[in-house]
Amino acid sequence: MNGVIAGISYRALLGRRRIWLLIMLPVVLIGLAVLLRVIGSGGENATITLMRTFAIGTMLPLLGLIAGTGVIAPEIDDGTIIHLLAKPISRPVIAQTKFLVAASILALFAAVPTFAAAYLLIGLESGVASGFAVGALVGGIAYAAVFMLLGVLTRHAVTIGIVYALVWEGVVGNFVPGARRFSIQQWAQSIADQLSSSPFFSTEITLGFAVPALLIVTVGAVVWAGQRLRSFSLTGDE
Amino acid sequence: MRIELAQVSRWYGNVVAVNDVTMTIGPGVTGLLGPNGAGKSTLLHMMAGFLAPSGGTVTLDGTQIWRNHEIYRSIGLVPEREAVYGFLTGWQYVLSSARLHRLPNPDDAARKALAMVEMEPAKDRRVETYSKGMRQRVKVAAALVHDPEVLLLDEPFNGMDPRQRLHLMDLISAMGTAGKTILFSSHILEEVERVAQHIEVLVAGRHAASGDFREIRRRMTDRPHVFRVRSSDDRRLASALIADASSGSVSLTGTGLEVQAVDFRRFTWLLPRVARDAGVRVWQISPADEDLESVFSYLINRSS
Repeated sequence: MNGVIAGISYRALLGRRRIWLLIMLPVVLIGLAVLLRVIGSGGENATITLMRTFAIGTMLPLLGLIAGTGVIAPEIDDGTIIHLLAKPISRPVIAQTKFLVAASILALFAAVPTFAAAYLLIGLESGVASGFAVGALVGGIAYAAVFMLLGVLTRHAVTIGIVYALVWEGVVGNFVPGARRFSIQQWAQSIADQLSSSPFFSTEITLGFAVPALLIVTVGAVVWAGQRLRSFSLTGDE
Repeated sequence: MRIELAQVSRWYGNVVAVNDVTMTIGPGVTGLLGPNGAGKSTLLHMMAGFLAPSGGTVTLDGTQIWRNHEIYRSIGLVPEREAVYGFLTGWQYVLSSARLHRLPNPDDAARKALAMVEMEPAKDRRVETYSKGMRQRVKVAAALVHDPEVLLLDEPFNGMDPRQRLHLMDLISAMGTAGKTILFSSHILEEVERVAQHIEVLVAGRHAASGDFREIRRRMTDRPHVFRVRSSDDRRLASALIADASSGSVSLTGTGLEVQAVDFRRFTWLLPRVARDAGVRVWQISPADEDLESVFSYLINRSS
């Protein structure tokens, strides 16, 4: 972790228009929770549906995409990353720092609002709020790592990320049983499920699979990104 | 410190950008001269550790440069792209560089570097409000902040106004005199001539010439020049010109004369006199091959 790099990354991510993208989705989530509560259909079942489909199913991957690619892809695109790379700092440390920045952003903009929305609806009932908050936190951390890696690997990180988040995770992950085992949001849900005691909620992936999978994906992506940065090449205009 | 390139090549797919280049960059100021697209940036990126050579080795005092972040303790890099974090002030930008180098006193180092490029008055403005020349100077300050032994600059004078250009030239000269190893790339002969004691010429990825700038300058001026001449009586002028040894060949074309001058100085002295004596009025003289490309290709043909 390098403080100077983290500081610059936070400013790049939060100081621009991107912050509105980061704020918009949590606002929608909390807005939906308020709405459900006002119209009086905010039961445990409805809360879990909102958490599964919107908080974990939509907001988390999109925020992961914005923060994960946002900490590194724009800098690679415009060449500002050279300022960090042409320094006597090991490249894996740069990747780790970028990852921690993205992960902390997701904790703040995804996990905290997830807890708040569920709490607004059903308080601490059946551990749903804390379960989904932890699920969003670990899922967000994994997304941060994967999308940061994507930002290092390709200049089309956002496009590929959207296709991955919406098509693979959203459609395939929801409808093809086998693919569910390889979906970050399914792992996040299985953690939420284990932590809550709600009868309305059950997932098929065991903790024994989800936890190691999350760990391997997160650590693997950060290590890979660090190695890729070591071979970062400037291919000039000529 | 010395940067050594030994039989360095770099290709992208089937395209060869740098072809079997061997050179040593030692203390003092070296200019890397060549037309656009000659492979200057590719070569400089390999020296800066931002590109792996496809063949050969690039070393700094014997240590491998590629995939070795420790070299940045000794190397300062000023890339060509204008990329600087726009949301930082000039001061924050240079200070961040000092901190990333873990200098014992980053504030002092940043202050000194900004003073060297005369950017103190604007240091508290955001970089995005800077002109191109100011960005260039702040980039130079960030590269100088750790007082590196080696400084690599890619087209550093682009976008600078004449005063800033002179100032940076003086700065580079002073650092070269102080024994630092400095390499800068340029496609403008006059820039290189003004600052560099030593010139490396790169043409189409090949190392075309190397040496003292006077020597290279002489070789560039002494080559045969081709001129197009239009006059009131081309035929008469042609016969008068061919009589002198300084014109290698004279041919009549549809639009006038094409003269190949073997001795450039003598020919430029001769032409007006010959025309006057023959009673011919000269309307137009234009060099047919004065662009750098043809100068460089002449050099490369000569050296191979």
